[in-house]
Amino acid sequence: MSGDALNLFEQQARNRRQTAWWIFLFVLFFAWIGFGGDAVMYFGSFDKYGQAHYTVPWIGIVVTAIAAIVARTSWTRGPKRVLWSAGAVELTNPQTFEEKQLVNVVEEMAIAAGLPRPKVYVVNDPDPNAFATGHGPETASIAVTSGLIQALNREELQGVVGHEMAHVRNLDVRLMTMVAALVGVIVVLSDGIGRVMRGGGGRGVGALVGGRGRRSGGGAGMIAIVLLVLWLITLILAPLITRLMAMAISRKREFLADATSAELTRNPGALASALQKIEAAPAPTASMKRGTAHLCIADPLGSSANLKEGRLADLFGTHPPMAKRITILRGMAFQQAKATAPQP
Amino acid sequence: MEWFLLIAVVVVVFWLVAMYNGLIALKNQTINAWKQIDVQLKRRHDLIPNLVGTVKGSMEFEKETLQAVIDARSKAMSGGGGVKETAAAEGALSGALGKLFVVMEQYPDLKSSQNVRDLQEELSSTENKIAFARQLYNDVATNYNTRQQQFPTNFVAGLAKAQIAELWEIEDQAERAVPQVDLSLKPKPQA
Repeated sequence: MSGDALNLFEQQARNRRQTAWWIFLFVLFFAWIGFGGDAVMYFGSFDKYGQAHYTVPWIGIVVTAIAAIVARTSWTRGPKRVLWSAGAVELTNPQTFEEKQLVNVVEEMAIAAGLPRPKVYVVNDPDPNAFATGHGPETASIAVTSGLIQALNREELQGVVGHEMAHVRNLDVRLMTMVAALVGVIVVLSDGIGRVMRGGGGRGVGALVGGRGRRSGGGAGMIAIVLLVLWLITLILAPLITRLMAMAISRKREFLADATSAELTRNPGALASALQKIEAAPAPTASMKRGTAHLCIADPLGSSANLKEGRLADLFGTHPPMAKRITILRGMAFQQAKATAPQP
Repeated sequence: MEWFLLIAVVVVVFWLVAMYNGLIALKNQTINAWKQIDVQLKRRHDLIPNLVGTVKGSMEFEKETLQAVIDARSKAMSGGGGVKETAAAEGALSGALGKLFVVMEQYPDLKSSQNVRDLQEELSSTENKIAFARQLYNDVATNYNTRQQQFPTNFVAGLAKAQIAELWEIEDQAERAVPQVDLSLKPKPQA
């Protein structure tokens, strides 16, 4: 038991560490996007007397300001926007038997995890799926589709809610919200700068580097061109790389959340059969957009990358293969049955 | 040399303070986890009269089962005190309730009543909450106990007035089996 608790703290510590790393990488990246651009301008602005004309790092200042504002707003508004984009409605006053049961199940899992009860949301979508979001355990929300409520029995629902509660308790939701905010900023910036470059700005920089650089006779001009090329490559690749990293983060956490759910419910078999039912549902979850896909318990887009194993699937899938998850859970259920079976 | 000693003393003091505070935090977590169980137990005590009142009319022939639930409830409510006593009394109540639920399965008009279904869901959810709160309490208390006994925290355990917390054990195998009865009330999806 105390071993489980230690694992929890390790996992939380790892998530905190990773959040800090992401912020660090993000700052580094923006320093490069901002002040790297300034360096290009600086080295490009040497005249034939070896005098630099570009001395105030405007790009750096502007990029830093934009990044700070965008990151701040998408961090604070992120969870709300996720819920809104999925069309999730908060269940404040449960009326039907199923709704009451859902709220009860969420309460049960909150007690098992020793956390305050998260807000409960329902997404009106016939495909079974679920996700969790928020800034931390105190402000978390759990959303399930109406299809999930219909398809699963009480114990299976408990397994799925336990899985989402695990994301909350392990601080996965905080990390994912942070990552989503940072990825969003990077996409916004790289789009914005790209547009400026394609418009008038590009010609300006080109003329600067090409024209004046050549006149200054190599040295600084060459540095400017090399920096410019590197700068452009990072700008183009940044959105892709950050997205891949975000996917890798969410994939690793699914196995762990499955295990934590089993730890909370002490019923891994129920989650296994829930996953099987979710997997068997034919349609993709229409209300889950690409932006929320990595939050869901099962890939809502039904992309083939999540069915396979191997390098490519590891790169592009947001979720580990369902078959593998089910096999692991069934293994746990078997171990448990063996351990609690009456001794002959 | 003197500054070295000073640093060593400061480090040791900080270390002791950290261990002491860690123990106090665990102690409070344990107390809090126990209170969580208490909240759910009270809730169950409050729900039972409702259930009994609702099913009494339809279950003329099951007076004994109903009486067992009522008796177990009043016994659980009167019995204050230690973990072991509470665990025993509440365990008996769980058993009596489980039997009542099994018997209720044989009354189709009860099963189809929305009111009864809601009450039954409330009660089995409360039952689950008790089980999960107990699970959490046992985990936290085990953590607390381990920390008290471990070297070097055991040195400050006395200072923090730490005492081994009693775990909530489920005593006999039969009792443990009762909640296993399938009470999944999920209706078949209407086509």
